[in-house]
Amino acid sequence: MTVYSIAYKNLLRKKTRTALTAGGIMLSAWVLATLLGFNKGYQQGLNRDIDNMGFQVLLTAKGCPYEAATLMLKGGTGLRYMDESILKDVYKYPEVDKITPMLMHGVFDPDKGESGAIAAYLGVDPATFPAMKPYLEFKQGAWFTDDEAYEAVLGYEAAELETREAGDLMLVIGVDKPVKVVGVLKRSGTQDDGTIFMPLGAVREMFGRKGKLTGLGIKVKKEADIPAFENKLYDLPDVQVVSMAQVKATIMNLVNSARVIVMGIAGIALIIAMAGVINTVLMSVMERYAEIGILKSMGAMPFDVFRLIWTETAILCGLGGAAGIGLAFVTAGLSEAAVRYFLPYAPNGALIALDPAITGFAFVLITAGGLLSGLYPAWRAARVRPLEAIRIEGEQ
Amino acid sequence: MTKDILISAKDLRKTYRRGSEEVRAVDGVSLDIKAGEMTAIIGPSGSGKTTLLNMLGCLDNPTSGTLRVGGELVFGGHRELPEGELTLVRRRFYGYVFQKFYLVPTLTVLENIMLPGTFYRGEGGWNPREVMKLLGIDRREDHLPGELSGGEMQRVAIARALINGPKVLLADEPTGNLDSRRSEEIKEILKGLVSRGVAVLMVTHNLELAKAADRVLEIRDGRMH
Ligand SMILES: Nc1ncnc2c1ncn2[C@@H]1O[C@H](COP(=O)(O)OP(=O)(O)O)[C@@H](O)[C@H]1O
Ligand SMILES: [Mg+2]
Repeated sequence: MTVYSIAYKNLLRKKTRTALTAGGIMLSAWVLATLLGFNKGYQQGLNRDIDNMGFQVLLTAKGCPYEAATLMLKGGTGLRYMDESILKDVYKYPEVDKITPMLMHGVFDPDKGESGAIAAYLGVDPATFPAMKPYLEFKQGAWFTDDEAYEAVLGYEAAELETREAGDLMLVIGVDKPVKVVGVLKRSGTQDDGTIFMPLGAVREMFGRKGKLTGLGIKVKKEADIPAFENKLYDLPDVQVVSMAQVKATIMNLVNSARVIVMGIAGIALIIAMAGVINTVLMSVMERYAEIGILKSMGAMPFDVFRLIWTETAILCGLGGAAGIGLAFVTAGLSEAAVRYFLPYAPNGALIALDPAITGFAFVLITAGGLLSGLYPAWRAARVRPLEAIRIEGEQ
Repeated sequence: MTKDILISAKDLRKTYRRGSEEVRAVDGVSLDIKAGEMTAIIGPSGSGKTTLLNMLGCLDNPTSGTLRVGGELVFGGHRELPEGELTLVRRRFYGYVFQKFYLVPTLTVLENIMLPGTFYRGEGGWNPREVMKLLGIDRREDHLPGELSGGEMQRVAIARALINGPKVLLADEPTGNLDSRRSEEIKEILKGLVSRGVAVLMVTHNLELAKAADRVLEIRDGRMH
């Protein structure tokens, strides 16, 4: 008979109470593992998404760093334009691998959605753009190939908003000629989902922007020093350099501040579970005061009693923690669906990454927290004097 | 003869404060306990029997007086052993049987008896099966305390007190919860222990049991008569 089996049997004395406390630990382990897994999964997904942009540097006209944001605020007006001659200038830099020119145009449609919506048309070069974004997958159809054709590829959400499928015709406000939908993209979880892609030449003609560009996507050669290259680009007149590395850093910063909140929630869950453990173990010590006194009279040293009570706590926390992590694995799919439902932007791929490092960490943290909360009750028990047991006997 | 003295108490006193009043629970008791001797302490309720037994068993500190166990000074002069060392003395010398049995309800009879052994294994310790046989509970080893009669529970408590081979068995009213037939059985068991050289010191109201003792000490108002 070992201390472990005695401790285990002690826990079985009040089965409901033990189960409730272990349940509390299980829940906090579940919350902790899921949150940590989400934190990691989200970061991985974000990294993947940004790396999939295809280009590392976006060059726009000065004063408009984030085209989409400007579109939203100004209702599609106020976009600034660069002349397409800039293409030649950019090609002169030795760091440049490929360039794709883009022209963004927003049209406000008062009949869309509840209070109107902006349709974002992105004119892209059929020769270079699809090659830079090989990860974009089609639900239907394929890319347009003619730069002048009135054809469109719709992002997943744009297709839903326009209620169009491949093969349908689509009317653009203020444009006489209909546009034919030649493809619909699968959901990518990025800005592309809400975009209507059209050939650059066609967009220029539709909106009267001959020879104009709003942005240049630049793919940099592998060995190039990107920050140095970005600095050099500012030699060009009236341009703004948007570095994808910086965008990534900005989003990462946001995610990191979200992580503080996430860790706060996990911390609260842990503290609640610990309070439960202290309460349960202390109560069971109080109930067994006399018995612990008898153990002492039988020759148990304070440390022996301490170890016994602490072992009970460890078993409680270990089992609860393991169950919670098991639960996190079982419910990962469900949690992921919930997260996708509530978050405005969620990257592709598994959002909740439960790897051994994360689950191990969660388990160790929960068990350590439990052991910490077992210290006080165990210490109280260790201090019980044999006489107290007998005195209680005398008083009864 | 003095070699066989296990416990030697001189002028033990214990006073409690009850408000402004002083209660002299034990008021100057001296006695020796020898190996292989059965001693019964009798006296009216509140006379100080339990207090005396607890002090002799190193469970309670005297207010004054000296106590030697196995020749070692445990209390007296300016000496008072710390709890850890007291535990060591208790391990080597004592087995306790309390009026309520305090068996662990989730452990079987055998496990309850072996419980002290998880902390400490004495040199002259008993084999669990032997002690169960001696006490007539060997057929109950896998039962839980809840399935036993009062007499059987008391015998398990005695077996547990004996497992580490104590030199002195202290029992506070060991038959207090038992009917006369069970009490008779316990008496025989205690006599058997004495014949094996164990000193038995008990507090009892049971005259039959007291008669079996080698020595009967009567205590009134904290003093021996
Ligand atoms: N812990 C205590 N605090 C105060 N008074 C006590 C305490 N223990 C015992 N007494 C008092 O000491 C006296 C002797 O008690 P006790 O030794 O229990 O007597 P007995 O066992 O003979 O019935 C009683 O008057 C009792 O009220
Ligand atoms: Mg008493």
